[in-house]
Amino acid sequence: MSNQPDRSVLLQVNDLKKYFPITRGVFRRHVGDVKAVDGVSFDIYQGETLGLVGESGCGKSTTGRTILQVYPPTAGQVLLGGKDLATLGHEEMRQMRRRMQLIFQDPYASLNPRMTVGSIVGEALDIFGLARGAERRDRVEELLYLVGLNPYFISRYPHEFSGGQRQRVGIARALAINPDFIVCDEPIAALDVSIQAQVVNLLEELQERLGLTYLFIAHDLSMVRHISDRIAVMYLGKIVELTDRDSLYHNPLHPYTKALLSAVPVPDPLFEARRERIVLQGDVPSPANPPQGCNFNTRCPLAEPRCYEAEPAFEQVSVGHWVACHLVNRGG
Amino acid sequence: MANLLEIRNLTTQFNTEEGIVRAVNGITYSLGAGETLGIVGESGSGKSVSMLSVMRLIPEPPGKIVAGEVIFNDRDLLKISELEMQQVRGAEIAMVFQDPMTSLNPVLKVGFQIMEALERHQGLNKEQARTRAAELLSMVGIPNAEDRLDDYPHQFSGGMRQRAMIAIALSCNPVLLIADEPTTALDVTIQAQITDLVKQLQEALGMAVIWITHDLGVVARLAQRVLVMYAGYVIEDARVETLYTTPRHPYTLGLLGSLPRLNSARGSKLFSIPGQPPDLAHLPAGCPFAPRCSYVTQRCLDENPVLETIARDHHVACWEKDATKGVWTYVQSA
Repeated sequence: MSNQPDRSVLLQVNDLKKYFPITRGVFRRHVGDVKAVDGVSFDIYQGETLGLVGESGCGKSTTGRTILQVYPPTAGQVLLGGKDLATLGHEEMRQMRRRMQLIFQDPYASLNPRMTVGSIVGEALDIFGLARGAERRDRVEELLYLVGLNPYFISRYPHEFSGGQRQRVGIARALAINPDFIVCDEPIAALDVSIQAQVVNLLEELQERLGLTYLFIAHDLSMVRHISDRIAVMYLGKIVELTDRDSLYHNPLHPYTKALLSAVPVPDPLFEARRERIVLQGDVPSPANPPQGCNFNTRCPLAEPRCYEAEPAFEQVSVGHWVACHLVNRGG
Repeated sequence: MANLLEIRNLTTQFNTEEGIVRAVNGITYSLGAGETLGIVGESGSGKSVSMLSVMRLIPEPPGKIVAGEVIFNDRDLLKISELEMQQVRGAEIAMVFQDPMTSLNPVLKVGFQIMEALERHQGLNKEQARTRAAELLSMVGIPNAEDRLDDYPHQFSGGMRQRAMIAIALSCNPVLLIADEPTTALDVTIQAQITDLVKQLQEALGMAVIWITHDLGVVARLAQRVLVMYAGYVIEDARVETLYTTPRHPYTLGLLGSLPRLNSARGSKLFSIPGQPPDLAHLPAGCPFAPRCSYVTQRCLDENPVLETIARDHHVACWEKDATKGVWTYVQSA
């Protein structure tokens, strides 16, 4: 996928799969799999933000966590800076984790209520032996300042902070060991509207200052469009469309992307009154038993006989625009 | 339009260990028959508590409706007996809650839960109620409605449960439906299904709807009029076109500004409101938004502004409302 040869690829994901086994009975007989991530491939360039959108249960969070090797992948490769993470030994992998971090969705559940902000943010420094004593304290205070919190808060506990401030603590923790790559797993979904903008602005500022690369996972398409350079749309464990932010919004090709975009409410009553929306019927099928052929065929308004027979390939239809749909791929 | 619901000076407070939490602070507005009103606000702005007060569902103690009138069809709902109120709840005013996962009883069949209201309020027998329940389920778009009556809630998906909740709410032909963030827990494609459904049903049945949400996009799609709430006060009340084209309260301006716009360039900054909403147990003396407001003056810190009419169907509670005139037009063209 090197259509932008001037930019170096930081992270490469090749045909990544993550299945969770379904077992039954006392002997935990293996009876099937939840195919949470079912063959996903993409590259992330140095310093860019790749947005990953999809509805709940589509596998976007699992993709993020499998990339970070929080879940061991069932199949496929993840290469960070050219190194295949699956082939690394324990110690090598431990060192590799310094380069990649995760920001969680829920700022209430992701901070240990019994630890002070100082020990939460400084924990990674201890683990990697990066700083101790006064140096450690200085670094933690610097990090708090960096995310817009008063360094004076260092000995406070998470319950003394609001949701937006807690998310800042989570961001400071992720930044503690100078990572290159951060997976932001719905970092603003649990926050109020006026606070969301604060956190998004902070993430953008930090990216500019520290040269970070983000995988930004979200279900809010308007915010994803705001923050991302390129966007991948996921449905039932697969990426159905991947392109740059403007092409996705102005020229969506996959029927699911079109429906998703048309379902997003726009804060403009005149536009809402005029707009024609594609309302999808039914619900997302279970990833334990995805449909044959194209996995969107149960809800697709344009499905043809071939969509029930063969799975569409994920192909590049124009420069940097990848789609998995029979109707688009062969000039349909 | 005759007023179906008139709320005057409604004030609800909670007694807690940290002191009196002033959740709703003297709100006043009215709703016409068949009208759709959107109530927008962040968590803790009092939007849900104000509706629970209307339904008299505030747990007491710790909560208490300390003042106000809720005139519904010429009766003050806060003065009638609990028994009379039970005749209003479900029959005349129905409510749909945010979380479809927890607002249905998990050990009772979906059909039973719909039939319950029909038997209670409409005096139908089991058989009639069952037929009507199947009709209602298919009206809200659930296939094989007759068979699905015998399912338990866990056999329904999130969207289907919310449809079932709407079927229960509509079972007794209410004149007012209160929807408290009914689509917040749902995905966008399912949210579109539910908003379309409520719109269609409203047109077919002619009921009024109050739609509580924090999503300004959903309000733009559904509402005719919008109330913006902050810290238990109504701070702006306008027709939907007016609110989105000429918002005047600095908080409304901030909310609209903090949404990413479709034509914004990559790397452009979102407008953000600094600080956080106030603690309702310790509200400031003046305007509750003053500590976060960029138009703040000494007067704002001393005195709380009341809702004033600035144009036809447009009311704002702000001392500096002249300073915000035309600001939104300027922001949009910038």
